[in-house]
Parts: sequence; C-alpha cells; structure tokens
Amino acid sequence: MAAKTLTIDGTQISAENHTSILQAAKEAGVKIPTLCHLEGVYDVGACRLCLVEVKGSNKLMPACTTRIYEGMEVTTDNERLQKYRRMTLELLFAERNHVCAVCVANGHCELQALAYELGMDHVRYDYCYPKWGVDASHRFMGMDHNRCILCQRCVRVCWHIEGAGTKNVSGRGSKSHIISDLNEPWGNSTTCTSCGKCLLACPTGALFHKGDTAGESLRDRSKLEFIVNAREKQQWTV
Amino acid sequence: MTLNDLQETKAKELATRKKIVLRCCLAAGCISSDAKGVKEQLVKAVAEAGLQDEVEVRGVGCMKLCCEGPLVQADPSNALYIKVTPDNAPAIIAALKGGKVALQQADPNSPFFTKQEPIVLANCGLIDPERIESYIAADGYLALHDAIVEMEPKDVLDAMVKSGLRGRGGAGFPTGLKWGTVAKSPGARKYVICNADEGDPGAFMDRSVLESDPHAILEGMVIAGYAVGADQGYIYCRAEYPLAITRLQKAIHQAKRLGLLGAGIFESPINFNIDIRIGAGAFVCGEETALMASVEGKRGTPRPRPPFPAERGLFDCPTLINNVETFANVAPILRRGVEWFAGIGTEKSKGTKVFALAGKIQNTGLIEVPMGTPLRTIVEEMGGGAPDGGKIKAVQTGGPSGGCIPAQHLDTPVDYESLTQLGSIMGSGGMIVMDETTRMVDVARFFMEFCMDESCGKCIPCRAGTVQMHHLLVKLLAREANARDLAQLEELCDMVKNTSLCGLGQTSPNPVLSTLRFFREEYEELLQPDPHAVPQLAAKP
Repeated sequence: MAAKTLTIDGTQISAENHTSILQAAKEAGVKIPTLCHLEGVYDVGACRLCLVEVKGSNKLMPACTTRIYEGMEVTTDNERLQKYRRMTLELLFAERNHVCAVCVANGHCELQALAYELGMDHVRYDYCYPKWGVDASHRFMGMDHNRCILCQRCVRVCWHIEGAGTKNVSGRGSKSHIISDLNEPWGNSTTCTSCGKCLLACPTGALFHKGDTAGESLRDRSKLEFIVNAREKQQWTV
Repeated sequence: MTLNDLQETKAKELATRKKIVLRCCLAAGCISSDAKGVKEQLVKAVAEAGLQDEVEVRGVGCMKLCCEGPLVQADPSNALYIKVTPDNAPAIIAALKGGKVALQQADPNSPFFTKQEPIVLANCGLIDPERIESYIAADGYLALHDAIVEMEPKDVLDAMVKSGLRGRGGAGFPTGLKWGTVAKSPGARKYVICNADEGDPGAFMDRSVLESDPHAILEGMVIAGYAVGADQGYIYCRAEYPLAITRLQKAIHQAKRLGLLGAGIFESPINFNIDIRIGAGAFVCGEETALMASVEGKRGTPRPRPPFPAERGLFDCPTLINNVETFANVAPILRRGVEWFAGIGTEKSKGTKVFALAGKIQNTGLIEVPMGTPLRTIVEEMGGGAPDGGKIKAVQTGGPSGGCIPAQHLDTPVDYESLTQLGSIMGSGGMIVMDETTRMVDVARFFMEFCMDESCGKCIPCRAGTVQMHHLLVKLLAREANARDLAQLEELCDMVKNTSLCGLGQTSPNPVLSTLRFFREEYEELLQPDPHAVPQLAAKP
C-alpha cells in the first residue's frame, strides 16, 4: 500500500496510492465542491464542479475521477475555477424550476448550499422554465423533475447499492430525465423495492418522502456509505 | 486460403474480364436518383445488342462526382456519363460502337479528378464492393497475407509508426503510437473497434468508403488485430447507413468463407472475428468512450479519460479504436511500402485526406488530396468555385466541432496543425463551402442547435450551456441582444470549452468562436443598444 506525496494548494500532503484527488484533498482538510459525488458509489465526473488545475496539464481535471500521482501539483481554488463553478451553478438554476422558497429541501439542499458557499447570488441567464411534471404515483415517495439536476446519484445507488435497477436516465441533452423501469409511473414499477436509498442520495428536493415537511426531510447520507462499507469491507462502524 | 489460392483467385477474376466495362455507380447518392434502374437497363441493352461477351456492366462504389449522379463510366474509352437516366441505356451502348450520341458527359481529365491522389479511395468506383473476388483482383488481402505470414506483430507496429499515419477521425493522434500502446497494455483479451458513426452534418466520406470498398476496412482491422494481439473486432456503424451495413455484412460473410476472417486466417493460428454493432442515432456515440458504452449495451454516454481506451476500453479490456479512413490506409501502407506513404503529404501530416465537398460549390462530391494541398486548390480548382459566379466567403471544416476558415486564408495548406491554428480542425473530412449569401451567425446558430440536440445530458456545461448559448444566438438573430449578451456568449463559450466532459462539449463553442474571430462585425451589426447601460457623464467643463 504505497503512499504518494503531492501538493494541494501549496501544501504538501501524502495519500494512499490510487486515491482520487478529491479523496486526498478531503483527508488533508481541503474541501472541493461537488454535486454528483456521493460516498459509497463510484464517481462519474458529470457535474464538473470539482474541476481542479493540475500542473503540467492544460486541461482541467475532475478531482473525483482523477487519480493522484507522485509529485502532482493541484490547485483546487482560484479565481478562474470559482468563476466556472459559479457559472455551472447558474446554468443549473436556469435549467429547471428551482424555487427554494417552496421546496421541501429548503435549508438542506446541496445545490442551495453550494450557491451560498460559492457566492452565486443571482442568475444572469434567462430561465428556461421547462414544463416538467411530478411523479407522485409511488405509495410514499415522489419525484419532482423540476428540481432534478441529473446528477444520477439515485441511478447509481439504485443499481449499485440496492441492485434493483429501477432508476435510469432517458432522453438526450436538456430533455434527459430520470425514469423508473421503462419510463413508467414510479408506482407501477415492478423492480422498485421501495428501499428509499434514492431519497437519501438526492442532493436536492427532486426525490422526497411524501408528507414530509421541509424540517423533516433531512437526509442521513452516511447510511449509504455505512451499507457499502459493511458489505464490502465488513466494517460495521461509520 | 494460401498465397497461391489468393493469386489464383486474382488470375481467375482477371481472366473473366471483358474487353469493355461499363461501371455504374451504386453508392447511396446515385441509388437515390435511380442508379439501380440505370444498371438494369444497361444490362438489358447490352443483351439486346448481343454484346454480352464483350461488355460487362459492373455495379461499383462511389465515383466521386456526386452532384452529377447517377454516373456511368466506360472503360477503356474513359467516357464519363452524368445524370444518366434508365432511358439513356441504349444510347450509351450505341456510343460504345463509336456512334455519336448526345449524352451529358463530364470531363474525366478535369482538375476535380486529376488533382486527386487516391489511396483510401483507390478502389472506389472501380471494384464491385459486393464481390470479394473484385477486391482480390485489385491486390486485396495481399497486405494481410504479408502481415500475418511474413511479419511479426512488432514489424507491423514499426511500419505504422514509420509511415507517420495519423488518426483520420479528426484529432490526428499518431496511429502507430496508439497501436503500440494497445499492444503493450497487459490484458488477456483485447478489442479492435472501427468507428463508423459518422455524424457531422455534410460529411459522407466514411459512408462512401464503406459502401465502395468494405473489404479494405476488414483487411485493415484484421492487420490491426494481429498487430495489437486482439481477436475480436467491432464495426460501430450508424443505422442511417443501411447500404453500408448490408455491404459490410456481405463482405464479412465472403471473407469468412475464404478463410480471410474468423479462425485460422491464411491457415495460420491467428483468429480474428468482426461483428457489426449498429448505432441508434446518437451523435455523441462517435465519441470513443460513449461508443464503447454503446457497444457494451449501455446508454451511450462518455466517461472521463484517463483511463484511455488503449489501457481500459471495451469491457474494461485494452481497446484499439480507429476511424474508417484510418483503417482504410493500413493495407495500402503495408502493400506499397512505408517510404512511399511517408513521401506523400507534409512533414507532420503524412498521406492523403478524404473530404466530402458540399455546400455552395459547383462540384460537390468526394475528393482525396495529399496533405498540404492548399484549400484554394480544393475549393476553386477542384470544386470549381461557388455556383452562378458567386464569391466564396468561408469554408467550414470539422463539422460542429470545427470552425469557419475565411476566404482570405484559403491559401492555407490542409494539414492538422495549420487548420488548428486557424481555430478550426481537420475533423473527419466534412468540408462545407459558403458563399456571400451565408450569414455567419446563422451558421453558428445551426451548429449550436445541433450540439444542443445531440448533447448526451451527462455533464452540466454541455447540457445546459449549449441551451443558453443557443438561446443567446437566437436572441442575437432576432435583433434582441445587446453588447452584454454578446459578452455573456463569449464567457459561456470559454466556460463550456474548458469544463465539458467530452469532446462534443469541449468543441461545441468552436463554430461560434471561429466566426467571432473572423466575422465579428456580423455579430456586432445585430446588436441593439443596451437599455440598462450606464450613461456616459458629460465631461466637466
């Protein structure tokens, strides 16, 4: 288990071989903003918020899927990266109908928290106001496509932790959306085990427990990591 | 099959050749204007004239001058008949006997043909793509024999490196280096993939090659498989090319039957199978990681690289993935020698490039020119310039990932570096010519709409950024945008280019950026005064 030494934002740190920049930074106490990353499932590098600069590469690298190497020099925060991250958030807010005031996740939404954290105080783009519906056909869970940011965390937990394979993505580009089974109402799904892991995974209020108030819809994401660790590493403590 | 069998097949095929051959183009373009009817009537007319023993009517692949199809060419007189209808058949037969007939003809000695240097298209329009014997008669599968029987895989890799061949899919990665990396990557199973998911608007080079010379692709792939140590290949072809798929299937079947594909190729222990995978119409599946996901049966979305396919590709195995045209270059390189190939083209870009000439130009069609040929030669001499005496304004290369090269830069030689310097790319070979009537902002909007529709939706900058960029361009064209919108557009271009996950997103701003670079005034003309601009304070006296 060889360790590698690398520099993150000017500070020398060491980390286990094969860890990602994100993991190494987290261990060193450096926070890199993420949306599609979720502890417990594999990374896809889709949200582009964790992009960092790596010396010697003219491309920005996603911290979640880039492995560290000896002598790597990483910059996780500078004006350029902050600007790109704010723009990414602006694009997300303009893309669907994110209205915090009436959202069940208000106050514990990762998208909202990141916007505060990165200083995205207004959206300069024209809102798209797409007409997405709400799938409330399931007994006790609901999916509001208007609040979905397509991070695919629900898809990944559904396939790789629960193993049910209910959730998937359909459509292309801005018409992409999360579906259940072969694009059926969630309540009609024959594969869904109603485990609720997708609710735990969802960073916004897109997936919600019916009847929960904003104050009640806190999510304990560490449960997902706990399940994976218990299963794969036989570790029963978080 | 042994070398003797191969030579026998060739001799037999040549011996049955008749004195006169009427080559009738049966590629998708000509078929759409009733080339099949033309061929039928020609066969009938030959029979009626009692010339069956002297005249062969051969269905061939693309004869390049697509705008004038259906095309029929007579050998050895070389007369090239254009816009042939089935009714013309008796007249063409009459012309063979020396009769003077009023049929539309094109000059086979015009620059459109004489300036070409066919390597990839060497067999296009000459051989019958549906008969393997026709390909073998043109020295087909000889290179495969040499590679498998006489050369070590290492020698094949060396030859590819020395030839200087670079990937013809657009990015121009050195082919030899890629093959070498796959060969060196450890793995019990390896794959070879041919990317035939040609999707750029206005591009039809790969389709023509597949329809006209499918065996050349198979031969290239088997050689590649031998060199890198793979025994399974996939051709990923888009469903919009049904004729190409049919001919590939036929070619695979014929090659297997002769022992040139499958188990024990040329009676050696080498095995190589090729299967066809058909795309379902997503442009992004031309991106290698998305393509591999699609072959695996998953949703065709790209994933971050590294790991590169050479290291971990299809089913997590080392995978060699090349474009159709790249594979088509392989057999000629081995057959005619590395030095011969390296002698063509420029210092850094070797060989030739096939372009699909389209747009506002006299001669639309397929051309293959040596690297380094000036754009002016291509559009003005070969293409014959804009129709109706119009003036060429710009040339678009590289499809939605490329850019527009303005008329003042027409003397630029066509090679990877020069085009990149001008903010465009070589691309896979689509070349769209625009004349003075084209509005560049329109062009940028068209390509942005294309990218917006074709974005896979995985990463935010491409999925939502292209929507916003398209919205700004529409606003601009409706004369509702001001200077701030333009600044926002530029800022978005920079952001989407630098933060998108795959090549589709990273290059989607290119049409906007390149038209902004050379035709900024067209954007500025559309701008409206900013209602919220801070008024300039009058200077104090």
